[in-house]
Amino acid sequence: MIQSQKLQETLLRKSMRMKLNYRIVIFALAIIFGIFFSMPSLLQMENGKKVTLGLDLQGGLHMLLGVKTEEATKSRIKSIAASIKHFSEREDILVDDLTFDESSISFVLLDVDDVKNMKVFLDEIDGSNVTLNGENFSLSLTDEEIVKTEKEAVDQAIETIRNRLDQFGLAEPIVARQGDEKILVQLAGIKTQEDEQRARELISRAAKLELMAVDEDRNARVSVMSDEDAREYGDVILEDAKNPAIKYLVREIPILDGSMLTDASMGFDQNNRPLINFKLNAEGAEIFGDFTGRSVGKRLAVVLDGKVYSAPNINERIGGGAGQISGNYTVMEAKDLAIALRSGALLAPIYLMEKRSVGPSLGADSIRASMIALIGGFILVIIFMIVYYRMAGIIANIALIANLFIILAVMSLFGATLTLPGMAGIVLTVGMAVDANVIISERIRELVYEGKSMHKAIEEGYSNAMRAILDANVTTLIATVILYAYGTGAIKGFAITMTIGIFASMLTAILGTHGIYQMLETRIAKSKNNRFWFGIKG
Amino acid sequence: MEFFKYTRTFNFMGKSKFAMIFSIILVLASYSILATKGLNYGVDFAGGTIVQVKYNTDAPIDSMRDKLKTNDIFSGATITEFGSPDEVVIRMKTTTGNVTVDIGDITREALKDTGDFEIRRVDIVGPTVGAELKEKGIMSLILATIGILIYVAFRFEWRFAVASIIALIHDISLALGAITLVGLDVNLDVLAALLTLLGYSLNDTIIVFDRIREGITNSRNINLTDTINDSITRTLARTTLTSLTTFFVVFTLFMFGGEIIHAFAFTLLIGIIVGTYSSVFIASPILLWFGFDVKNYHAKLAVKTKREAEKQRMRDQYESGVM
Repeated sequence: MIQSQKLQETLLRKSMRMKLNYRIVIFALAIIFGIFFSMPSLLQMENGKKVTLGLDLQGGLHMLLGVKTEEATKSRIKSIAASIKHFSEREDILVDDLTFDESSISFVLLDVDDVKNMKVFLDEIDGSNVTLNGENFSLSLTDEEIVKTEKEAVDQAIETIRNRLDQFGLAEPIVARQGDEKILVQLAGIKTQEDEQRARELISRAAKLELMAVDEDRNARVSVMSDEDAREYGDVILEDAKNPAIKYLVREIPILDGSMLTDASMGFDQNNRPLINFKLNAEGAEIFGDFTGRSVGKRLAVVLDGKVYSAPNINERIGGGAGQISGNYTVMEAKDLAIALRSGALLAPIYLMEKRSVGPSLGADSIRASMIALIGGFILVIIFMIVYYRMAGIIANIALIANLFIILAVMSLFGATLTLPGMAGIVLTVGMAVDANVIISERIRELVYEGKSMHKAIEEGYSNAMRAILDANVTTLIATVILYAYGTGAIKGFAITMTIGIFASMLTAILGTHGIYQMLETRIAKSKNNRFWFGIKG
Repeated sequence: MEFFKYTRTFNFMGKSKFAMIFSIILVLASYSILATKGLNYGVDFAGGTIVQVKYNTDAPIDSMRDKLKTNDIFSGATITEFGSPDEVVIRMKTTTGNVTVDIGDITREALKDTGDFEIRRVDIVGPTVGAELKEKGIMSLILATIGILIYVAFRFEWRFAVASIIALIHDISLALGAITLVGLDVNLDVLAALLTLLGYSLNDTIIVFDRIREGITNSRNINLTDTINDSITRTLARTTLTSLTTFFVVFTLFMFGGEIIHAFAFTLLIGIIVGTYSSVFIASPILLWFGFDVKNYHAKLAVKTKREAEKQRMRDQYESGVM
């Protein structure tokens, strides 16, 4: 009698002891992982990987820029023309009728003896077709060269914009190629309208520096000349930067351009006004020296982005290759201009294809609103599950909470971006993640009604529910993967959170809760209180 | 607590004719709304500019209109309240390509004297980008549908796949109809909602289909109508419950999620209702009407089991032979 009582006691104790199983171990590890890696984001800790907030939540500027690549070809032609001019002047070759249009250059040599020399020079220019008819030269770019030039223009624009933004002092600007000739620029740190304006000016500034010779023979008549007239003489009319009424007639082919610039920095003139000092490389310095030596008494126009900033008289030969650009700058403008010049010119102009700018206050509003929705929806679901399923509901809720931590942890680890649609995705996950547990609980209830043992009811409930849950999740995954592949920006964020949410729910709602049930199985069987455990009678 | 205790099978299929007629009317109504009113593409797809302005006081919409009239660039601009009286959105068809001074800047300048305001959002979508986003959006809907079709055909049977796709088209049509009816802008977020709806509605359908598949495989009854009725009844509690929890959260999103998420939440709200309805009343009857042959399926299953048994026997023989 006593013996049997003792036996019963040990049996009872044994059955009360919870069984450890591999599922519960994995689940526990997943929860630890989730809590550990979501902490830096949740508590906004200094160290550790955090979720990046999308521009729509933290405010910022998103731009998609196009590149006018045809302009790059034009400027390539122009610089070849400049080099022909410089070569002929150095070699004392007499060139007449040097003209160029968007894709070709033509000129005539006055002395037949120079043809060979010139031909050798031209043949060294990459990617050009040279045709020679007597003393008439014409040069155009090959198709491959045009494609290459256009591609380089985009590459160079990306590089240049990145350089400029890096020096602008914003945290982590994103500059990336999108498609063949689009550039994506994302600036998260922009807080004010002034900052945005400055950044946009810095990005779009061509910063094309040209040193051009003023056509002193005809400049006196510039006010009565039309652009066509000027072209006749191989000249071009440019406006003064400060006063558009002042016009200059300058030689169309520049002496040299900004590609020979090695450095630019802000300085001050004797009246303490900001100006920009620039330095030329060796080749540029030589060309500059040659030109100034030949042109004493004439004027040199310093042209930036098609406007004349100054046109000082040349008093003597200028060696050393240093120069200045003065204008009515503020210190800030001069600084930005120096950055632009230093980072190089944009070979081709860029234009705006898409812009989305969100003020920080709107982002904060969006975060607040979506947090209210998340917490509100979360509480509703939690209460509902407990009322409907009792203990099974609590188990499902544990899985749901673990799910949220894991989503946040995975996003933090991968440095994924949380956007407003991404927040909506998390809210939606809360609603859908309990689905798996609803399906499983319903199956278990059914089996309990059929009078199966608790062990059988749980195991068969899970295996019966498995197929449906798997199929349902895979189809949702198909939709989210396509959303990711075809979506842009914020929508991609939605696809990411949904995808992570689906995988996390498989781990928590299927594996995790199964582990909990297995652990509690004997206890549930013993208690025979189905109302407490599953919210049903009997 | 229990909503539906399984005591008897409801005759869903008996009512499917009415449901079908009801659905056809709704779908036709949706398409006639779409045809007459037209889908209201927002800036994401149509291209254009949106400027969201928040004033310190109630937004002076009339004086804003007057100011905008002075510049031709704003012709056809509309100003509407956005969530609250102090916040408005200006929508324009025009865009500008200038990086330094864009149409957002011009708007700011034009509104200068209308009061104390803050520009909270400027969206400019050029025509080429808009067209590209539209093309991609339509492609993603088609691809998702095809992907799902293939998966369901592979996991179930082609008739299941076609039935679920018809249910999806039904859901998307009704959702689009509802969006057009209330005049929401169709932007990228609505597209995302439609794709989510696709996945969600399919979720529901698959849970029911899984039960039907199970019923067909396990029961000797070859009457498909009985099997379908039984399966729907048995999944009814789950269908209701999950729809409710999802509805709860989307509803809170709709109520408290802010104006920006409004269209997204609205589309999903409609989607949850029609998605739940369609998996019971559209997808399942269609399966029936396509003449899914239970006998044939049983025969095929038998052949498959036999083949597998044969394989197993061979393997056993082989293994024992080796040993």
